[in-house]
Amino acid sequence: MFLYLVKRVLLGLLIVVFAVTLLFCMIHMVPGDPARILLGPRATPEMITTISAQMGLDKPLPVQILKFFGNLLRGDMGMDVITNRPVATIVFGQLPYTLWLIFTAIIGAMLIGIPLGCYSALHRNSLADRITGVISVACITAPAFVVALYSLLIFAVTLKWFPAVGAGDKGQFWDQVNHLVMPAFAIGLSWVGYLSRLVRASMLEVLGDNHIRTARAYGLRENTVVYQYALKLAVLPTVTVIGVGMGFLLSAALFTEIVFARPGIGKLIFDSITTRNYPVVMGSVLISTIMFVISTTLSDLVNAWLDPRIRASL
Amino acid sequence: MSENVLTIRDLSIEYQTDRGILKAMRHVNLDIPRGSIVGVVGESGCGKSTLISSIIRLLAPNASVPNGSIEFEAQDLLKLSQDEMRKIRGTRLSIVFQDPMSTLNPVLSIGKQMTDIQYRDKKTMAEKRARSIDMLSRVGIPDPENRLKQFPHEFSGGMQQRISIAMALQAEPSLLIADEPTTALDATLEVQIIHLLKELQANMECSILFISHHLGVIAELCNHVVVMYAGEVVEQGTVQDVFKNPTHPYTIKLLECDPAAISEKSRSLPTIPGEIPDLVSLPEGCVFKNRCDRSIESCDTITPGWTEFNAGHFVSCHLVQT
Amino acid sequence: MPGWIPASGPRCDVIMKDMIKRIAADPLGLLGLVLVTLMVVSALFAALIAPYDPIALNIMDRLQGPSWSHLLGTDQLGRDLFSRVLFGGQVALKVALVSIGLALSIGVVLGMIAGFGPAWLDNVIMLFFDTIRSFPTVMFALATVALVGPSLSTVIVVIVVTSIPTYGRVVRTQTLIIKSNEFVKAEIVMGASTIRILAVHILPNVVGPLLILASMDIPTVIALEAGLSFLGMGVKPPTPSWGSILNDGYTLIRNTPWPIIAGSIPLVLVTLGFTFLGESLRDQLDPKLRKSL
Repeated sequence: MFLYLVKRVLLGLLIVVFAVTLLFCMIHMVPGDPARILLGPRATPEMITTISAQMGLDKPLPVQILKFFGNLLRGDMGMDVITNRPVATIVFGQLPYTLWLIFTAIIGAMLIGIPLGCYSALHRNSLADRITGVISVACITAPAFVVALYSLLIFAVTLKWFPAVGAGDKGQFWDQVNHLVMPAFAIGLSWVGYLSRLVRASMLEVLGDNHIRTARAYGLRENTVVYQYALKLAVLPTVTVIGVGMGFLLSAALFTEIVFARPGIGKLIFDSITTRNYPVVMGSVLISTIMFVISTTLSDLVNAWLDPRIRASL
Repeated sequence: MSENVLTIRDLSIEYQTDRGILKAMRHVNLDIPRGSIVGVVGESGCGKSTLISSIIRLLAPNASVPNGSIEFEAQDLLKLSQDEMRKIRGTRLSIVFQDPMSTLNPVLSIGKQMTDIQYRDKKTMAEKRARSIDMLSRVGIPDPENRLKQFPHEFSGGMQQRISIAMALQAEPSLLIADEPTTALDATLEVQIIHLLKELQANMECSILFISHHLGVIAELCNHVVVMYAGEVVEQGTVQDVFKNPTHPYTIKLLECDPAAISEKSRSLPTIPGEIPDLVSLPEGCVFKNRCDRSIESCDTITPGWTEFNAGHFVSCHLVQT
Repeated sequence: MPGWIPASGPRCDVIMKDMIKRIAADPLGLLGLVLVTLMVVSALFAALIAPYDPIALNIMDRLQGPSWSHLLGTDQLGRDLFSRVLFGGQVALKVALVSIGLALSIGVVLGMIAGFGPAWLDNVIMLFFDTIRSFPTVMFALATVALVGPSLSTVIVVIVVTSIPTYGRVVRTQTLIIKSNEFVKAEIVMGASTIRILAVHILPNVVGPLLILASMDIPTVIALEAGLSFLGMGVKPPTPSWGSILNDGYTLIRNTPWPIIAGSIPLVLVTLGFTFLGESLRDQLDPKLRKSL
């Protein structure tokens, strides 16, 4: 098990390295002077010199890549061209908002989606099941920003139940919660649909398994059979899915933050693109990618730990 | 029939399918005397699984029981509710399945599975664990106390099957149903498991319903044997009687085809030509007629009755009408 | 000597007709088929159906609600929303077909190379795939747009690059499985060329899963294009795209809901339609999954 942990984490690191290299290459593949591209139209000769030195742009490519990594490891992602603050500070300042949003959305989706899926599996083909099925598909396929737009339109603008803009005042817990509801709802809705269908399919498969038949043949109570024997097996895929779904979560968060004018990584990227603040763009994309790799690695590890069969075979 | 632990009379089971009604079992009679081991033999599709499912009352939702009774300890199992059945399953009546790996839940320790079954007993967890440990050692699992927390995949196939047997016999049931428990095991393991069952049965005085298609095992283990074909019981009696004097053409052919019975060397193994009939559109008359080499005219139109042509030896065939 | 062993059963055209009949029998599949056909037809014949020029300004008629002359109302520049929606469908269809088509072709080639070629090449290609997949798609798109500027081609390139790993992996897995089949090994021993094995054995087996994947991917791609255009990173105005209509709607959200409704309805209907169709298709082609539904 320990060996697997090490191997998996190393693979994750390797992927991050490659991703960073890819980003780096992208900057250099664009025609023109990388320094100018990074700094945009506001580049003054002094800034160009500074950044050239920082990134070693006059040195050969491999050296540049090494310098890039070196800077990264020291936490230096360059400087924001407009306010001249370190990119790292800006990005990590916005990150918590996005994390809270994603966290709330997923927890909410799990709390509703998993029981819903369980219920649908136990009452298969009932009217409730069929309706839930169609609504789930509708939830899943509706693009995140459309859901965000409609939530904004219906609940914030028309009904005025929730605020339309921002994250709420710092230090005011309930105000922040109030501002969190709509965006989390917008992201979580499609996940409710997805999780419920996943749990439903998984439960149905497990319930048809021989172990469940045996458990019943031994006279175990139906509750025990369903919740302790079946559900535990059925919930395993959910964990992996959420881990892998971090990518979708981040994308959905991006749109939601923009629609609700909420601070976060997504809004940061968007704003920086429009102001041609490339170092910030690169830094934010980098952090998002690292988050994604961490979450897939974690979910693989958790999955291995939860299923004793995998644990033993490692 | 108080000397029987299980008495099945005239049991029929039908399944509702897309193609029509599938008559999986028809007018089945089966006796399991107290303290005996009854073997059920027959090829695939003869109704063995349906038989088991109906005794433990875990039939598929599209199944129905048009007629029959299953008497077990003075109760007709077919008339009990699922709640009442649940009280019996695992305690008075239990079952060992064919494939232990798919019987035991892979994500729960065997200790949890074995103590869970005891949930009806008002005992402390320590007492339940002690009972499980005792049972495990009786089936020959070494160091049972430590193995309780292990998971099924940590045991070999033979040990897994022993654990299944331990789970089944834990509550000292009156009847143990063994559904081809040795089919998934190799020959050496098969012998061990058979000996284990014999020993436990003698010690615990329970009865066993042993399903198998392996005639040799049935001959070794069982006192009585029931031969099933396409959902009907065609012959029933003691093992000596049926194997020495097989009467129904199907039984005769089965014994001929057993590789152990071959006396002359030849290039091909004997088989019974033909296939079982379609259980949705059953032909009239005897169900075996299209594969029988001794059929007479009445076989075509009239279903043979149940005849006791010898003490305790029953057969369903026109050739043996008394 | 194994000849051409078909992937699974009867001929392709027979399967197609049978499949369409069976999809039509399933209510959701039929709905999907109808919606998709509607979208394709309206996109193809947008020029004929649209009552107005989608980029024609008419400030006098701005911000009108739906009426007989403007079925979905007008936007802030007086452009007819219905016409814009129709032409937006063209953009969506174009992006979907081109990008998925390209991604499929490249993905199939790479996947086959990865599965059939030497192990080191396989590892390199898989690492490449995993790296691309480690980027959240929209973030990657935005990073690219930041560097090269927004345009339809950028969107297509981004979608192609991010979709290749999905198809590539499926093809690679199938290639590995089939490569280890006895009859393929026999053919290799007897000197069959790699091309022959790839074309004759692997390709037919891959078509099914790829078709399912692609059909499930279309709604994602359409939504991605709409999303990017919504952010202003996709098609350049004044070209209509459902996303840019929604963008206009967003700025006008406190004035009128109609642009949002106009832009979202076709988007949702189309993604729903392709999803239902894709699911129905999957049920037909993969009966193992059917049982658990």
